[in-house]
Amino acid sequence: MTDLVIIDAGGANLGSVRAAFARLGVAPELSRDPARIATAGRLVLPGVGAAAPVMDTLRASGIDVLLRGLKTPLLGVCIGMQVLFERSEEGDVAGLGLLGGQVRKLPASPGIRMPHMGWNRLARRVASPLLDGIDEGAQAYFVHSYGVVGSADAIAESEHGSTFCAAVARGNIAGAQFHPERSGAVGARFLRNFLSWNPA
Amino acid sequence: MLSRRIIPCLDVRDGRVVKGVRFRDHVDMGAIEDLALRYRDEGADELVFYDIGASPEARGVDVSWVRRVSDLLDIPFCVAGGIDSVERARAVLHAGADKVSVNTPALLRPALIGELAAAFGSQCVVVGVDSLRDADGEWRVRSHSGDPSKMQAHARRTLDWVVEAQQRGAGEIVLNCMGSDGVRAGYDIEQLQAVRETCAVPLVASGGAGSPDHFVAAFRDADVDAALAASVFHSGAIAIPALKSLLHANGIEVRLG
Repeated sequence: MTDLVIIDAGGANLGSVRAAFARLGVAPELSRDPARIATAGRLVLPGVGAAAPVMDTLRASGIDVLLRGLKTPLLGVCIGMQVLFERSEEGDVAGLGLLGGQVRKLPASPGIRMPHMGWNRLARRVASPLLDGIDEGAQAYFVHSYGVVGSADAIAESEHGSTFCAAVARGNIAGAQFHPERSGAVGARFLRNFLSWNPA
Repeated sequence: MLSRRIIPCLDVRDGRVVKGVRFRDHVDMGAIEDLALRYRDEGADELVFYDIGASPEARGVDVSWVRRVSDLLDIPFCVAGGIDSVERARAVLHAGADKVSVNTPALLRPALIGELAAAFGSQCVVVGVDSLRDADGEWRVRSHSGDPSKMQAHARRTLDWVVEAQQRGAGEIVLNCMGSDGVRAGYDIEQLQAVRETCAVPLVASGGAGSPDHFVAAFRDADVDAALAASVFHSGAIAIPALKSLLHANGIEVRLG
């Protein structure tokens, strides 16, 4: 049995992320207790809304410091992925700094509406077991206005006016800008891949 | 490239999906969960659930079915009906809805849009706009349109309201063109085009879908991001897989099977 803990940093999608794992037969625990998070087999950090409240919650309980020292496989989803980086332009807040790079507002232009809302194609950048069984060009559900452009750790990118990071992996850290919990079979496969992911 | 979305809209009453003229002659369509999964399997990109009892009964959405749908469904969904405060929106979002849609309460108290955007982010806040062309040729908004006996005309021009809703934090606009709603003669392309010019957030066409060609026209001619329909999907008149194949054949980016 996978000992999966969803880090409760607030936000409305906690329940949907938990339900997505439940559909895969896993019963994740929700926690913001650093002692519990430290012993988890795998960690997921969801988030919707904005980076600042997520970081405030993580800092208040010392989870930010804890996460920097753990080797546990960790998956950040949406805002949870964005706070893995060094800094977010949204509210000008420092992130966890587990990945190098900045989160910036994606530019709107004629025909390119913000928020980026809907299904968009995933383009593989490097081979990763997190993308096993996901076809090139498969579509995932996104909803966001900020993103990371040009990350060296991108395993998949997507395009909406500019090309941005759709999924990342480095060491024990992984992230999805899209919402795997709302991305049908593609999202379910990504989560299943994370459950069996053994980062080197 | 971002796909254009197809969104079936389901009316919910007393925990069941119903169809019929609103507030009259409701026909039971089945359990919410069954229909949600059926549309998901057919390739719907998103679903909208409209709790048609919430607003007239002056209550919030019954969140027990929202939670059940959220646990089952692996595509996004939006909930509308009776959401007139941050607290009511929070209950729906925390039960698992991805977005809430506000219409009459936002017209009566526009500050609601900003309150919702501040609390949950613009990406959760959809503003539904019911719009009808008046005798002087201007499109103006209507409120309380769920109940024909209570519907009210407003002095507010549709185009002005769409601009204001965005300024206040709307993350998406659903334009329901009442003149074409239920007639199945096609979306109101002229009005959608006019609103599109003022709308920098995603725009959803609603009202008038009767044939697959109507969807092609809405995407191609009015450049909408999504098209919503109810009766043509419920009746089986339009099957989503065939609709998406047609859109694809017309060069419109969609998510296929």
